[in-house]
Formats: sequence, C-alpha cells, structure tokens
Amino acid sequence: MLTKRIIPCLDIKNGRTVKGVNFVNLRDAGDPVELAKLYSETGADELVFLDISATEERRKTLANMVLQVAEAINIPFTVGGGISSVEDVAILLKNGADKVSINSSAVKNPQLINDLAAKFGSQCIVVAIDAKQIDGEWVVHLVGGKQPTTLNLFDWALEVQKRGAGEILFTSMDNDGTKDGFANEALKKLSETLSIPIIASGGAGTINHFTDTFKLGKADAALAASVFHFKEIEISELKKELQTQGIPVRI
Amino acid sequence: MNIVIIDYGAGNIKSLQFAIERLGFNAALSSNEEEIKTADKVIFPGVGHADSAMKMLKETGLDKLIPTLKQPVLGICLGMQLLCNSSEEGNTKGLGVFDVDVKRFSNTLKVPQMGWNTISNLQSDLFKGISENEFMYLVHSYYAPICDETVAMTDYDGDYSSALQKDNFYGVQFHPEKSSAAGEKILKNFLTI
Repeated sequence: MLTKRIIPCLDIKNGRTVKGVNFVNLRDAGDPVELAKLYSETGADELVFLDISATEERRKTLANMVLQVAEAINIPFTVGGGISSVEDVAILLKNGADKVSINSSAVKNPQLINDLAAKFGSQCIVVAIDAKQIDGEWVVHLVGGKQPTTLNLFDWALEVQKRGAGEILFTSMDNDGTKDGFANEALKKLSETLSIPIIASGGAGTINHFTDTFKLGKADAALAASVFHFKEIEISELKKELQTQGIPVRI
Repeated sequence: MNIVIIDYGAGNIKSLQFAIERLGFNAALSSNEEEIKTADKVIFPGVGHADSAMKMLKETGLDKLIPTLKQPVLGICLGMQLLCNSSEEGNTKGLGVFDVDVKRFSNTLKVPQMGWNTISNLQSDLFKGISENEFMYLVHSYYAPICDETVAMTDYDGDYSSALQKDNFYGVQFHPEKSSAAGEKILKNFLTI
C-alpha cells in the first residue's frame, strides 16, 4: 500500500539553512547537506528545500547546493524558491533535484506549468499554493502570504492540475506558524476535488495534527519545519503513532 | 568494471551516478553505440514522457541497439516501461523486450502514484538480501500489469509489476537510487551480477 509521506522543509539562504534549526549533535546545523543526511537517516520520506535568498548569485549557489545534496542523500528531494523559467528548472534537475516547486511564477505566468510539464514531465513539477481565508473564501496569496491575488484556492488548484502539475503543496497562511493543526477542511476539499497528490503544510504542532491531516484532511503527505528542526517531534515517534492509528507509513 | 548509463536526454541521471559512486563504482554517461556495446553493465534510465523518449531513442538509433545488448541491462522507471511492448502513454510502441503492454492507472486513484510503496513476491537476483515488503520510492502514472516476466509486484489498487526480468534484461519501476539503503542494495546487486 502506498504510504503517507512525512516531509521536513529546510529554508535556505545563500546556500545555508536558516532559522529554527536546533540539532545538538550536528557539527554545523547551518549546513544543508549535513541536515539533509540526518533527516534521510532518521525516517524522513522526502525533503523540501525552500530558497529564500535574494542575491545575484542565488541561482548558482542553489545549483551548487543541489549538487552536494544529491551526492549525499538517497531519498527524493524538491527544490523551490524563486524558480521562474525552464532554464532554472533544467539546471536544478540536471544537478540531481527530483522535483521543483514553483509558486509566484506560476500565478504570474500559468503557461510556465504547461511548459515545464511538457519538457520535464508532470512528476517533477510541484505547484506550491499559499492561501488564506478572506470573508470565508480561500484566496491565493503571493510573497509568503503578504499579497492577495484574485484567485480562489480551489479554482487555481484545478487549473494547475489541468496545466500539468504533478503535485500540489498547499500552505494555509491562517494556520502557518500557529502550531494549531493543519487546514483540514480545505485540504479534504482539495484532495477530493483533485486527482494529483496533495502535500499539507502550515500548522503542525503535535503528533495528533499529523494524524488529523491524514484522516480528516485526506492529505497524501505532510510537511513541517520547526517541529522537526527543534526536535519537538521525532519522525520515528511520529511514524510509530501514525501506524498505531492505522495510517500507512514507511518504518 | 565498466558501467554505462545510456544518455538520451532523460531526466535525473545525476542522482543515479552519485548512488553508483556511493557504492564504490563509477558510471559513464554515453550515447555512443560502441561504448554501450562494450560496457559490462548498462543502465537505461528514464523520466518523462514515453512518446518523446522513444523519439529521442529513434533519432540516435538506440532503439535498435538496446534490444540486442548481451550484457546485464537495467531499465529504471520509464526505462523499464520502454523495454515493454507498448505504452498507453502517447500510444507508443516500445522496444519489445518484455512481453507486456504498459497501461495508465485508473482515474479513481491519485495519479501519479508518488511515494513509498512495498515490493513483494521477489524472484530475481536483484533482490538478494532484500526482505519481502521492503519499501521503494515510486513516481509514475503508467504501469506494467502482472505477466510471465514479473519478478516483483506492488499494490496500487491492485497488483502490478514493479520489476521485470527476461534473460539479461532487468527492469524496475521504482527508483533504487532514491530508495534509501535497500534501493542502493538492489543497485549493488545489479552491478555485481
């Protein structure tokens, strides 16, 4: 049976992991390669690297990091942040990334999804969607949730699927950082409307939140950052509990 | 040992090369007929679309060469599917090594199947030292049904072939290079056949 995936997310700035990493047994917690290795050895099913640097050197630094990560780990990983062209994606995949995640660039230029899917295959194209509720409606936002668009979450999700996205990474800005649990109602609606896998993101605080997002939110995978980086939740313990709750996981 | 990964513009080959390096071997990328023919082991990777991949193989004449190879050949993911008779993806004619037709998963499922699933009924040297129901990483929308050449199966709303073998040809639907230690073990088994 296909298992539910647990995905730690690492924020990267200028080739280094930033904020919220607290590993006493790491020589250098800022080294994405070392952190990636540790996660791959302790039960993570996949990793996401989100690049938040804003320098001119950004592309080159990220491409180098991807090469080093690919050399070191034997589980799949996705790279996102600032990707806006076929050329950007080509270099990241060539250097060993399994998937790329696009967000703002897809909203600004939806045709990019078609172009990427046609060139590289849907299986490596993740579209990340950030949304929050405004007057009861889920509205897609850009720039980390700061800038609202005119797009409705469910309409946009359906459109990106039609254009060839292989997976959707949905972050609820209402839940992100709250540690109050994932946006399970919206996730359930997404999961039941769409035929591609959905990654839940935003709101993880306890092990029960993961159980809920798989059971109630019907998510295919769950992504979190700080609960893993600060060791508030150990992936091995999380998976044991999920298994006890009857949720298929890789142990 | 001389290992060649067939280079025809298909996807994530770097990870495969790195995995082989971690096992203490080296693999060269090549589309050169002579280099492929004389290699000890040939790996036929593939990610993307069956139809466009076959077009690339035809342009380089590799479609004629691959089925005639005599050394152990391992097709991975789309590489495995292209070794079959045909694929529903773009109604593509395959290389015809494995006598099975590749089909699309039903729309009642999440497609692509993406993530870790188990392999069972293991019946090949590839799986020496691998336990039944070991987890492998898979990403695919099309699958090879169970057939005479099935040497491992996986269940995604029904059993299908997650590995095939005929003579010197091996095919795996999963990505051994992305399937943790067990996946690397399978790669090593292939390289030491």
